[in-house]
Amino acid sequence: MLEVKNLSVSINGQPILDRLNLTVKAGEVAAIMGPNGSGKSTLSYVIAGKPDYEVAGGEVLLDGENLLDLDPDVRAARGVFLAFQYPVEIPGVATMTFLKAALNAQRRARGEAELTTPDFMRAVRGAAASLKVDPDMLKRAVNVGFSGGEKKRVEILQMALLQPRLAVLDETDSGLDIDALRIVAEGVNALRDANRAFLVITHYQRLLDHIKPDVVHVMAKGRIVKTGGPELALELERNGYRDYSEAAA
Amino acid sequence: MAAVQETVDRVRAIDVDAYKYGFVTDIESEKAPKGLNEDTVRFISAKKGEPEWLLDWRLEALRRWRTMSEPTWARVEYPKIDFQDLYYYSAPKQGSGPKSLDEVDPELLKTYAKLGIPLVEQEILAGVERPRVAVDAVFDSVSVATTFKAELAKAGVIFCSFSEAVKNHPELVRKYLGSVVPPTDNFYATLNSAVFSDGSFVYVPPGVRCPMELSTYFRINEKNTGQFERTLIIADKGAYVSYLEGCTAPKRDENQLHAAVVELIALDDAEIKYSTVQNWYPGDAEGKGGVYNFVTKRGDCRGARSKISWTQVETGSAITWKYPSCILRGESSRGEFYSIAISNGYQQVDSGTKMIHLGRNTSSRIISKGIAAGRSQNTYRGQVSAHAKATGARNFTNCDSLLIGDKCGAHTVPYIEAKNAQTVFEHEATTSKISEDQLFYCQQRGLSDEEATALIVNGFVRDVLQQLPMEFAVEAQKLIAISLEGSVG
Repeated sequence: MLEVKNLSVSINGQPILDRLNLTVKAGEVAAIMGPNGSGKSTLSYVIAGKPDYEVAGGEVLLDGENLLDLDPDVRAARGVFLAFQYPVEIPGVATMTFLKAALNAQRRARGEAELTTPDFMRAVRGAAASLKVDPDMLKRAVNVGFSGGEKKRVEILQMALLQPRLAVLDETDSGLDIDALRIVAEGVNALRDANRAFLVITHYQRLLDHIKPDVVHVMAKGRIVKTGGPELALELERNGYRDYSEAAA
Repeated sequence: MAAVQETVDRVRAIDVDAYKYGFVTDIESEKAPKGLNEDTVRFISAKKGEPEWLLDWRLEALRRWRTMSEPTWARVEYPKIDFQDLYYYSAPKQGSGPKSLDEVDPELLKTYAKLGIPLVEQEILAGVERPRVAVDAVFDSVSVATTFKAELAKAGVIFCSFSEAVKNHPELVRKYLGSVVPPTDNFYATLNSAVFSDGSFVYVPPGVRCPMELSTYFRINEKNTGQFERTLIIADKGAYVSYLEGCTAPKRDENQLHAAVVELIALDDAEIKYSTVQNWYPGDAEGKGGVYNFVTKRGDCRGARSKISWTQVETGSAITWKYPSCILRGESSRGEFYSIAISNGYQQVDSGTKMIHLGRNTSSRIISKGIAAGRSQNTYRGQVSAHAKATGARNFTNCDSLLIGDKCGAHTVPYIEAKNAQTVFEHEATTSKISEDQLFYCQQRGLSDEEATALIVNGFVRDVLQQLPMEFAVEAQKLIAISLEGSVG
């Protein structure tokens, strides 16, 4: 479903991704692990279309369509979702308002009817309950004054509502205590199905205890340097990334 | 999110550079000759059948005005105005005056329909239940339709055009006219005093809570006609009134001068809430045309424990020069100013407020949100002062500016002065840009950059929008999105 081909990206003239290749199949949960500075977050931003990244070459294909030609909101409507490592605050905009605007913008872009307020409320309440998000929190401004755990749960809540084709989770485990981690992981697991793919970016094995990956990719110096099964994550947990840093050099 | 969605749809529906309300209604009008002299003033006064004292008052203002020069301290630039090249009076031709909406010129009604003004009266006739709003429509200087008069009269509330008030309630007009903004006050207010055409008059008797929101729609419609409205609102002891003012203007090439004066008087324990949504033509893509808005708005908290609250959403005009102010004379009186000022294109805004604390234990609150986009300049200018006798005075000021793009400017110019030691003034100010991170976050969720900007800006101004009456808040939200059209991407 997702094919990244020979992707080279730099920011401010600094090369980050170097002819990176990656394939994620429909129904698959792929983990990307790697040391700090290996380009994991850059990959997630480039898939989602964040400005400021200079793509020197390569393609990012979603179902055969090159995402690099599309604006970020068009990619979102095609089903690309990014759970941010640092979710952004939008003062004065109620979370509920934001969710409805986003959902209906995507539906419009796909030529679907907008959700009525009662249908929307039902959908939000259901998703909020399963993620243990207090409905009162949704009246507060987007991410303003939320704890780290609350922010991440609301990211997953957004994912549950938007029902993406491809969900990229960028270090969703960072800043989470073990209970929050479990809730978030359950939220992700509940969305696993044959038509949806996940790209789970993480530094640690911890999250993968709860979200069992089908494939583990190791990233170093802007490339995928090794691909294996879930056991690869455990090996990394034992031995660290040192070998891979050198391998890529 | 219906409101924001609607705004976005509306933005889409508008061609770039085609101001939606830019059309001219063809109604024969009756004009005073071009230029300003004693004859012009006499013409206006005679047209309105005014008493001698008011003519004298106007002539005195004219004499005074001739000795004054245009103020230059505001951060605005515009070509010199030739005051002898303007018309000072223009009225739509009418017979003896309409008795109901059926008798109103259909051209006028069509204009209102284009503007989307709800003809509340039709709904009443159809038995529709909704919050009632009385509309005193000002069409090019003369009131043409007034609704709800009977019900207001039952409550003892006088709500009529200024001209009618001069005829029917001369004692009230004479007592209060110029008592807040004296005819000598400033260049534009003095000009207005000499040539004011019409406007609204409200008197709420002691202890009466006005049973509905009062609303006026202003519209500048005659080529080259300066508009000089005069509004006078008096809330007697213990009275309450909420007044809404909203306006749009047709498109044209020449600049249009607008110099209104609004005076509010609140006696003991009275409260006046004055809300404005201003959407005059801001000029075209090169900054050509557009309304010059030089307005003097001032409220006098004359009585103890009285309260005056100004809320404004300013999105239009090429130039805005406007400082709705409060004189806090009565002990423990309170003044409030909530403002959203949006500038785009080549608009210039110099706006703010004055809170003049004269009485003991007076308090005031200023919340100002300025949004600058395009090549516009947006200045907040505010004065907070406490007289020596105003012990226990308190003020809280918060002015936030938001910049969209890198060719616009936001400026904050506070003047703060306390002449006694028992005064507490707080001032907070921030300037920020819509961050790339915020935009990307919204876009990643599926919002286009324009939708994202409208959403973020609506969040930025939320504190002020909440101060507006419900139906006005929705309209304001739409205006915000429309006025930011083309500011991104």
